[in-house]
Amino acid sequence: MAEELKDIVLKYVKKEYLEEDADMDLTCDTPLISGGIVDSFSMISLKLFLEKKFSISIPDAKATPQAFDSVNKICTLVREFRPEA
Amino acid sequence: MSNIGSYEDRVALFDWSISERELGYKKGDIINIGWYCSDRICQLGNGSKKALLWENHEGLTKQYTFDDLRVYSNTIATFLQRLGIQPGERVCLFMDRVPELYIGFLGVLKMGAIVQPLFSNFGDESLHTRLSNAKTCAIITQRKHVAKVRKILKDLPDLRHILVVDAGASPLKERELAFDLASEPKVEQFDCYPSKAETPSVLHYTSGSTGQPKGAQHVHYSLISQYLTSKWVLDLQEDDVYWCNADPGWVTGTSYGIIGPWSNGITQAVLDAGFGSEHWYAFMQKYKVTVWYSAPTAIRLLMRDGTQVVRKFDLSSLRHLASVGEPLNAEAVHWSREAFGRPFHDTYWQTETGCIVITNVPGMQIKPGSMGKPFPGITATVVDLHTFEPLTEPGKVGLIALRPGWPSQIRTYWNNQAGFESKFKNGWYLCGDRASLDPDGYFWFVGRDDDVINTGGHLVGPFEIESALLEHPAVAESAAVATPDNVNMEVVKAFIVLKPGNPPNDDMEMDIINLIRKRLSPLAMPQKLEFVKSLPKTRSGKIMRRVLRAQEFGEPVGDLSTLEND
Repeated sequence: MAEELKDIVLKYVKKEYLEEDADMDLTCDTPLISGGIVDSFSMISLKLFLEKKFSISIPDAKATPQAFDSVNKICTLVREFRPEA
Repeated sequence: MSNIGSYEDRVALFDWSISERELGYKKGDIINIGWYCSDRICQLGNGSKKALLWENHEGLTKQYTFDDLRVYSNTIATFLQRLGIQPGERVCLFMDRVPELYIGFLGVLKMGAIVQPLFSNFGDESLHTRLSNAKTCAIITQRKHVAKVRKILKDLPDLRHILVVDAGASPLKERELAFDLASEPKVEQFDCYPSKAETPSVLHYTSGSTGQPKGAQHVHYSLISQYLTSKWVLDLQEDDVYWCNADPGWVTGTSYGIIGPWSNGITQAVLDAGFGSEHWYAFMQKYKVTVWYSAPTAIRLLMRDGTQVVRKFDLSSLRHLASVGEPLNAEAVHWSREAFGRPFHDTYWQTETGCIVITNVPGMQIKPGSMGKPFPGITATVVDLHTFEPLTEPGKVGLIALRPGWPSQIRTYWNNQAGFESKFKNGWYLCGDRASLDPDGYFWFVGRDDDVINTGGHLVGPFEIESALLEHPAVAESAAVATPDNVNMEVVKAFIVLKPGNPPNDDMEMDIINLIRKRLSPLAMPQKLEFVKSLPKTRSGKIMRRVLRAQEFGEPVGDLSTLEND
């Protein structure tokens, strides 16, 4: 299940936040916010996606740039609200 | 001792010739911003002084002296000239905060072209709207953004050259060429274009209530305002290390992220990275930043992480803090006193003013939550919403109005003189914001006077969003309005009427949100979306955004006599 969660998030980030012909190798540890791939406004769309996809509600206090800074960190956040994911 | 000294004395004795004298400019002289920000500083004997301390998110660092700025901007100017680009043509800068963006800005101006900086997070449609309107002839960009240019290239017949600053070995396509600043032969001598006071310099696009974004046309004489306001409001002094958070895709990032500090010969630090409170504090600690120009949205994000994080860093170098983009709430002023031992000073201005016009200068008593007072040389008041006569009653809400004629005021909107002229009433330039004045002459911000959405300090036009929403196959009609937000003051909310046979669901919601984010920009992306059966309209069919906006803010909806019957 853990790998499936990572795959879903990684695939979504690649599809939605990288340009089609971007020659970037995005991994689960690539810095997303501090690396400028996902800006603080786009982070909201990522949060919405996670909430809808995993039927969770992430409070604003938890939706910090640090918590969204990589696919791995995002997965940790999702599991806080959906331990079985 | 601050540069401005006594505010009252400065107001009483003010003349813009103070700035002209300090810059060694006389009426009728050549005035080229690119030269003033590099060559002149070298001529003053400061060529070896650090001009740019740059770092990116990976920790890569680069440093440039003022002499480096001079030579590298010469190099870029020469390269553009050899491509056949003529003075007065538009050259777009479409990059993250890399050194080529800052130095390229000077290079374009030096060879007489008009520089058109655009926010690198813009999507292809936002880019197309602005390049097409300006008939831009060249764009300087990075490999990571070139795909967006390729998508719209066939619809941009005027765009002759696409310069990629980090092309490396990646294959280039139609109209593209590699431009590597470091490996290009350095140009020691360059004859700057002999621009005069009224020669166009910078073209910044800004959003309004109606129609597509307008190109705010600045001239080289804007330097006179930008130099002096940087010196007096931001209090930039010889040994300062200055950090401006703004991206040069927006006017703050050029007026006060390039022109202001460098025409004053000040060292500035630039961090090419996304937001992160610890990263920001570590950056300021490392470069011993002394003057910091930020924005309320960023300050509120820092507040959310608390003062304990601040205590982990040595920020004792900080001596002056200022803020711009949206009203600075009183809580942020109080918090900055607690966190940094000094308050943020609010500054108010906009793309069209080119420089700070209402502000809290160093030494002035700050009333937390107030915008401050007019900068010396700026005649500002609040006028009646209908008669446009100045209001004399303290506390009464009206429109912020400025007496035209300061050096950095825009001269027109690109190809839209009528739009420019519509901003003036009864001899006043109207900023489009509502405020009141207190008995001490302090301005207090109330809100926008139109449908423009101020999100995170950036103005977003509803028309542009609604036009893009219609590109979604399921959207029949829509209205984009502001809704309150704790961090960004306002964010975009879209009300959507779907075409028959398209039931709303989560996938469609994300699809619509992501469409706007990618086609326009993350700023324009609706953070909230509501599917509705119909929209409030006038009898003539015009969508009444103000009704929806009032609902969002819990305000009275006002006169509904023109509302169409249900």
